[in-house]
Amino acid sequence: MLRLENIDVSYGRIRALQSVSLQVKEGEIVALIGANGAGKSTTLRTISGLLKPANKEGRIVFNRKHIFGSPPNSSRTASLKPHTIVQLGVSQVPEGRRVFPKMSVHENLLMGAHSRKEKPLQEDYERVFHHFPRLKERRKQLAGTLSGGEQQMLAIGRSLMSQPKLLLLDEPSMGLAPLLVEEIFHIIEDINSSGTTIMLVEQNAHLALEISDRAYVLETGRIVLEGSSQELAKNPEVRRAYLGD
Amino acid sequence: MRNIKNNWLVQVIGFVLVLIMTGLTAQGLSRIMPPYYLQIGFFIGINVIMALGLNLIAGATGQLSLGHSAFMSIGAYASAIATVTLHLPFPVGILLGGLAACLFGIVIGFPTLRLSGDYLAIATLGFAEIVRVIFTNMQITGGAIGFLGIKNLTTFPVIMILTVAMIAVMMWLENSRNGRAMLAVREDEIAAESVGVNITWYKIQAFAIGSFCAGVGGALFAHTTTFIQPTDFGFMKSIEFLNMVVLGGLGSIPGTIIGSVVLTTAPEFLRFMANYRMLVYGLLLIIMMIFRPHGLLGGFNFRQAISRALFLGRRIRQGAKV
Repeated sequence: MLRLENIDVSYGRIRALQSVSLQVKEGEIVALIGANGAGKSTTLRTISGLLKPANKEGRIVFNRKHIFGSPPNSSRTASLKPHTIVQLGVSQVPEGRRVFPKMSVHENLLMGAHSRKEKPLQEDYERVFHHFPRLKERRKQLAGTLSGGEQQMLAIGRSLMSQPKLLLLDEPSMGLAPLLVEEIFHIIEDINSSGTTIMLVEQNAHLALEISDRAYVLETGRIVLEGSSQELAKNPEVRRAYLGD
Repeated sequence: MRNIKNNWLVQVIGFVLVLIMTGLTAQGLSRIMPPYYLQIGFFIGINVIMALGLNLIAGATGQLSLGHSAFMSIGAYASAIATVTLHLPFPVGILLGGLAACLFGIVIGFPTLRLSGDYLAIATLGFAEIVRVIFTNMQITGGAIGFLGIKNLTTFPVIMILTVAMIAVMMWLENSRNGRAMLAVREDEIAAESVGVNITWYKIQAFAIGSFCAGVGGALFAHTTTFIQPTDFGFMKSIEFLNMVVLGGLGSIPGTIIGSVVLTTAPEFLRFMANYRMLVYGLLLIIMMIFRPHGLLGGFNFRQAISRALFLGRRIRQGAKV
């Protein structure tokens, strides 16, 4: 479904990603784990077009369409803008939630459907409220007055409104109480089983490996390990570095 | 489907009716009001249009622009050239004034889009100075002497109709898909981008519509005072409009209207203080910002307040104690 090939990304002169290649297949939950500053968020932001790869040879392909780079037999280099990428069906839940604080919950959800141009249907709201019943109670409340957990739910709900095929989650557990984190991760699994492919960036390697099918381990901008999550969870190196053994 | 169409038609008819009524009321008022108060009414209308334009740029998308008077001057000169030099009718002059300002709004919008906050403010400030210097040195605008011989074509009904129309358009925009996207850009650019808002497009759009308003305001101004010179549109003028928007409540349409009315009338009503007038005016601004830092109506949601009032009314009728 999604394929990254040899992607380099730099912030000015600082190299953040070095020839990162990875793949997400339809229906999977793929986790990206690694320490602070390893390049996890950078990878997600590059997929959603907020950052541009530095090298022309790199390629990002989503459902056979080039988000970035040139197809093999063509010299034209694609470099799609974030709003076009959302229209293709890739939606990112940004790090730190980033709901629109002075808009109501309802308006936030409406904004989520912005890329679809037509008005969202009742079904779209129902889908979000099915996963997050608490948002329904708070429809008219300003998003800035929600608790951290509710804001995270709203941020995910907002992304779902664009009917994404691939949902990119950037640190959904950040700053949340352990019980809430577990609740959110259950909901992520639910969303996945209702047909949305998920790519997840997470500091909490333990939880990430638990719910994902496959995972990649990033270290200083390179992918150092990849495999099924079960295998990785047993890998002694991973256990020592990320699972605290 | 039919329902929506009906609704739409009803809205347009209502809009036209309101405009006609505004025109008739203004016509009546202009007969009975003393000229001095009528003149203040003229400037209230112009300032409301100007401030609403700036509110869209600074309030809705959160781009701090200090060059609003430059767009006003472009509209003023363009319309003056249209009606005086080219002998075009006044409505065409207003439209040309608005379009000229709009064009420059887009032109200035593109290079400055990468800037935000203080940097954008300084860039727009620079742009305003350049415009002023160019007008001072151009032949067709009369240079530093000013543009003479503009006919007094602005009437009270014209100003009021345009003001009401502008308010209606702004209120409609606020609740449209476009308006919400603009607000999203102000609230959080990264979040807006991640839900698929083309932030460049909406920033440019805000600049274009906002400067169109300024151009229309400038055209009305030129044909009210019948004489314009580059110093009419200096830096202080831009600050004045920003004051109106901020005093009323950045991003609030009713707030912007009230801010413009208060700040247009305040210097007039303070005339009895003679030389201390501007001192008191400045003091009022400071006091305002201390006690209502978000503006007179900042953070006040009109629709919510109205619906709450209605809800309360219903409950009282049903016999509930308040």
